Amino acid sequence: MALDPITLAVIRGGLEQIADEMDATLERMAFSPVISDGFDRASGIYHVRDGEVIMQGPRGLPNFICVMEFTVRSVIERVKDIADGDVYIVNDPYLGGTHLMDVKMVRPFFYKGKLTAFLANSGHWPDIGGRVPGGFSTRATEIYQEGLRLPPVRIMDKGKLNQDVLDIILHNVRVSAERQGDIIAKITALNLGADRLTKLLDRYGEATVFEAVDEMKARSERLMRSHIETIPDGTYEFTDYIDSDGVEWEPLELKLKLTVSGSEVHVDFSESSPPCRGPLNSVFSTTLAGVFITFKHIFPDVPINAGCFVPIKVNIPTTTFLHAQPPRPVAGCAAEVCQRVIDVMLGALSQAIPDHAYAAPMGTVTNLSVGGENPGKGYYVFYSFIGGGYGGNFLTDGLINGNPTIAVARTQALEIFEFRYPVLFNRYTIREGSGGAGKRRGGYGVIFEFQIRDGNASASLLGERGRFAPFGILGGQSAQSAEHVFTLRGEEYRPEHVTKDENVHMEPGDVLSLRTPGGGGFGDPFERPVELVLQDVRRGYYDRATALREYGVRIQPDAWVVDVDSTRMLRRRQRS
Amino acid sequence: MGTLVGVDVGGTFTDVVVLDETRGNLQIGKVGTTPDDQSIGFITALDGLRVSYPDIDLVTHGTTVATNAVLERDGGRCGLIATRGFRDILELRRRDRPHMYGLTGSFEPLIPRDRRLEVTERIAAEGTVLTPLCEEEVLEAGRLLLAQWAEAIVVSFMNSYANPAHELRAKEILQAEWPHLYVVTSSETLPVFREFERTSTAVVNAYVQPNVGQYLEQLEERLSERGYGSDLFIMQSNGGMMSAASVRNLPLNTVLSGPAAGVIAATRIAAESGFSNLITYDMGGTSLDVSLVQEGKPLPSSGMDLEFGIPLMVSMIDIHTIGAGGGSIARIDQGGLLQVGPQSAGAEPGPVCYGKNGAAPTLTDANLILGRINSNYPIAGVAGDKFDVAGARSVITETIGKPLGLSTEQAAQAIVTVANNRIAGSLRRVSIDKGHDPREFALFSFGGSGPLHVGYLLRELSIGQGIVPYYPGIASAWGCVIADRQHDFVTMQNCLLSELDLAAVEQIFADHLAVGEEMLAGENVPLERVTVVREADISYEGQTHVIRTALPAGRLSHENIAASFRSAYLQHYGRVEEGFSGLEELLAQIPIRLLNLRTAVIGVRTDVRLKDFVRAPETTLAEARKEERKVFVDDGFLTCPVFDRAKLPWDAVLSGPALIEQPDTTIWLEPWCRATVAEGGSLLVEVT
Repeated sequence: MALDPITLAVIRGGLEQIADEMDATLERMAFSPVISDGFDRASGIYHVRDGEVIMQGPRGLPNFICVMEFTVRSVIERVKDIADGDVYIVNDPYLGGTHLMDVKMVRPFFYKGKLTAFLANSGHWPDIGGRVPGGFSTRATEIYQEGLRLPPVRIMDKGKLNQDVLDIILHNVRVSAERQGDIIAKITALNLGADRLTKLLDRYGEATVFEAVDEMKARSERLMRSHIETIPDGTYEFTDYIDSDGVEWEPLELKLKLTVSGSEVHVDFSESSPPCRGPLNSVFSTTLAGVFITFKHIFPDVPINAGCFVPIKVNIPTTTFLHAQPPRPVAGCAAEVCQRVIDVMLGALSQAIPDHAYAAPMGTVTNLSVGGENPGKGYYVFYSFIGGGYGGNFLTDGLINGNPTIAVARTQALEIFEFRYPVLFNRYTIREGSGGAGKRRGGYGVIFEFQIRDGNASASLLGERGRFAPFGILGGQSAQSAEHVFTLRGEEYRPEHVTKDENVHMEPGDVLSLRTPGGGGFGDPFERPVELVLQDVRRGYYDRATALREYGVRIQPDAWVVDVDSTRMLRRRQRS
Repeated sequence: MGTLVGVDVGGTFTDVVVLDETRGNLQIGKVGTTPDDQSIGFITALDGLRVSYPDIDLVTHGTTVATNAVLERDGGRCGLIATRGFRDILELRRRDRPHMYGLTGSFEPLIPRDRRLEVTERIAAEGTVLTPLCEEEVLEAGRLLLAQWAEAIVVSFMNSYANPAHELRAKEILQAEWPHLYVVTSSETLPVFREFERTSTAVVNAYVQPNVGQYLEQLEERLSERGYGSDLFIMQSNGGMMSAASVRNLPLNTVLSGPAAGVIAATRIAAESGFSNLITYDMGGTSLDVSLVQEGKPLPSSGMDLEFGIPLMVSMIDIHTIGAGGGSIARIDQGGLLQVGPQSAGAEPGPVCYGKNGAAPTLTDANLILGRINSNYPIAGVAGDKFDVAGARSVITETIGKPLGLSTEQAAQAIVTVANNRIAGSLRRVSIDKGHDPREFALFSFGGSGPLHVGYLLRELSIGQGIVPYYPGIASAWGCVIADRQHDFVTMQNCLLSELDLAAVEQIFADHLAVGEEMLAGENVPLERVTVVREADISYEGQTHVIRTALPAGRLSHENIAASFRSAYLQHYGRVEEGFSGLEELLAQIPIRLLNLRTAVIGVRTDVRLKDFVRAPETTLAEARKEERKVFVDDGFLTCPVFDRAKLPWDAVLSGPALIEQPDTTIWLEPWCRATVAEGGSLLVEVT
């Protein structure tokens, strides 16, 4: 019997709520501020057959959109004697992961004594051991240097905490006491999910629920296909770059050939650069996540489950740095490379569907980790990420200080940093002029500048877009690229790899000034309404000279008045 | 004993209650809201009743003026003075985006960048002065902002929560130069850390102040013209009322004014029938407000986002709002699934059946087709004297029935079922999500659309008891009439519990109480007594999310605070242990941190019970039965009796399926429900 649409809607809502409640519990109980305040976490329900995603929480981190499917699959393939009450902990990027800091837990779900589904969650830990505090080493050449690597192992064994595994973990990560709290939070969230899922199955029956699951998948696929059909058939190419791998000063090329044919898309990255020595490799699951997230950004109404990805075929061979193999280092995959995947996807799709086009967003998380001794208070590690501008787009100017396209994470309050760690901020401001000019201009990046107040510290930085700026589209200008400057013992120091460095020794009074990229501009800047240009200048987003040069608008030097005739001439001359 | 008036202005309707305690007389009224000047609808509603203004002892009001000022970006022209290097805090937010998927949208802060200036000063996290305040720069900033026609100035400096001296000095300097300038400091508004949220809260206060101030002035003028001689009181988001004079300085306390009044009404009316644990839902034309009441007290919350990028952190009743109401629009999405809401047809054009050119099918249209709403009986005359049933049928058939292969009635039923599930989801969210088992609560159903859904929700959530008050449609106005007076205080501590100075804590609580009592004394409303609620925001060391923990009465110790926290923690996250061993011991090893101390000083007024003012009708159940109507249930029409609520005698028992009609709403008793009329008219609904 075909499922009636109402039961389907009710079960869909029920499953979504379970995933959402798991996210909420994890977020509120977590000790890692990256999870609790930054929302760098996700929860979901996965198919017992092959780990396919059945439901993922609507507030979950986009980057995990399909990654956890791979995580669950590795549990299915590797774990013998899966038992009720087990929970597996896993963070190996090569077993369906992202970077090592994203620690996943998978709980097999038994219903009436039978393995019926998997529940899983993921959350970012501020540290995972390895050569630098925070895990973002920029000079690692093997994954072994990046931190503790866990294949799926039992953290809970038939309902009992596995003290041996816990001890190994806690002996290998910095500030380990707080990680116990994160482990509790993750397990509790999974327990909650199991309880809710049991109730849902009791209520509607296993057969009906799984019939609904199949139907949801079929519908997501149909919906995605109907969207893809609106994209004109053809092959669209776009190329962009990663600055360097942190070890060798050579750009890495992402060369995309995107072919639309009917209701299917073929995404081909086979011409991209080979695997690199440094940590800017990507694992297959993370690269794929970038492809899928792009489609979700363009067509946000498609519910996430395995169905929506069926019409999207990929070719990402292991001969490229986008599908690296062990033991290549991969710390930059989730945070940085994945964003560039989205950027080139947006670039290619903007040619195909200009009425849905986006100029490039800042394209970097600018991962900052600082560890040190706070005199009298003990060892600390903090991890932060810094926002940038979004690209101008078919609807609006780019957002100022957005979070990365792969995440929904917020930054922590500066006052909390200053309270917890011996740092003092000098400024946190809009980085004027950093957005690309356009009819709808790019959003602005920020200047995030702090000094060490007390004790010595060691800072590591894994960023991007220091060499290749976020691009504009349809006549829009590119944004300003990133620029990060240390002042150490009074001397200016710029990292050799511009946005990447590790274990930079900082002493009290030393300053780090991070200047993040804006977003690219959309459309011809000379078409930007004059009154908006005037407003931008009044607000100090850029100066009069920029207004004149890039927008063709002359503003009187001593008043907020546009010189109308001169502006009209300038703009006309540019057109002809 | 006197004449008390409550007026709640909502998005669609303005509701009024006039209670003459001496004569034991209760009048209610309902008119359309007048959005451009809410005071017109306010006075119209009151003028429509038999009321002599000079005889009124107290007018209390629930208003949306503050919220509308922000949502419509219609507030005051403000300026901001910030620490050098930090004027953009307000615009940078916490680095986020409006929608999880889709990269469009930009953000306009309430104060644009050209009216945000910086001055030299710096205070460290521990409160020490690193750079002294440059006083000339403050004066100069004030001059520049006034030259830009700023009406109010917000002063927000880094770490002012730890040491407010620079902010207070800046305010002093500005007010010495411009004595009439409205200056708001962040530390006086919200003395806790997180610079963005604190600044935003102070800015909201300054931004809505002119709108609220002018509105109250107009209202007071209209009232006094008519002879009202006492003070006007306003409902706050925390569920207590405050004089209009105080609200002028603290308008930020009124964003949930009306919904909070509804929760207060629910709490007190349910108590009249002996219920103290409630899930309440107030469903009107466009939105659904859900909250939880535990042991007679609404759950508190410390703040909310007014919209993207505009957090407001003040003490308020925890009210969860979604777009679900009678006007919610049904549609089939591109994936072929039926969706209801959050978009609403609103009051204009309203549902198709209103006959005002509404073209989209709504929940009200579906309820009408199913026979649950009387087609000859539109609420408050919104659709003249008859609904357009044919219009509603044809729209639902075309837009929902045909695409899904359902008959018109089946399609209408599908709309109601999907809506019911959305409501159920949000009821679960306020209960289960926060560790409460809905089965331990009674479901309090009100608002114009709420009682149509009570039976379904009871069964869906396995709740044993539903309560429909005597006047579901004007509950918020009743809440205004009976509300206590309440003032909230917060002081940050932010230290490990083991290092907490208990003597200092007692002093802080004593100071809170002293200020609260002084505020209560300054306002001329008779009080029965003053009660004090002491709470603390506590977490395990390292956590971001705190648990608002009620502190034990009497002498505080580190041990009894810890015990209160641990039990509150398990209440919230009760599954720490369930079926898994070893986790709770791990948790016990982690130190506890106390973030904020909170006090609510409540001026308790003489209890006024609705049931004392509702007279028992002298009619029998048979006389209350006015007609029969066919209602579509489970794939077929059932003939159901229709009762007139005003004629239902106390203790009468009704079995579903049945309809109960009254001017402000309709109650649908599902076939699996039974209802008893309690003394005072509340309907107690159970699943049989």
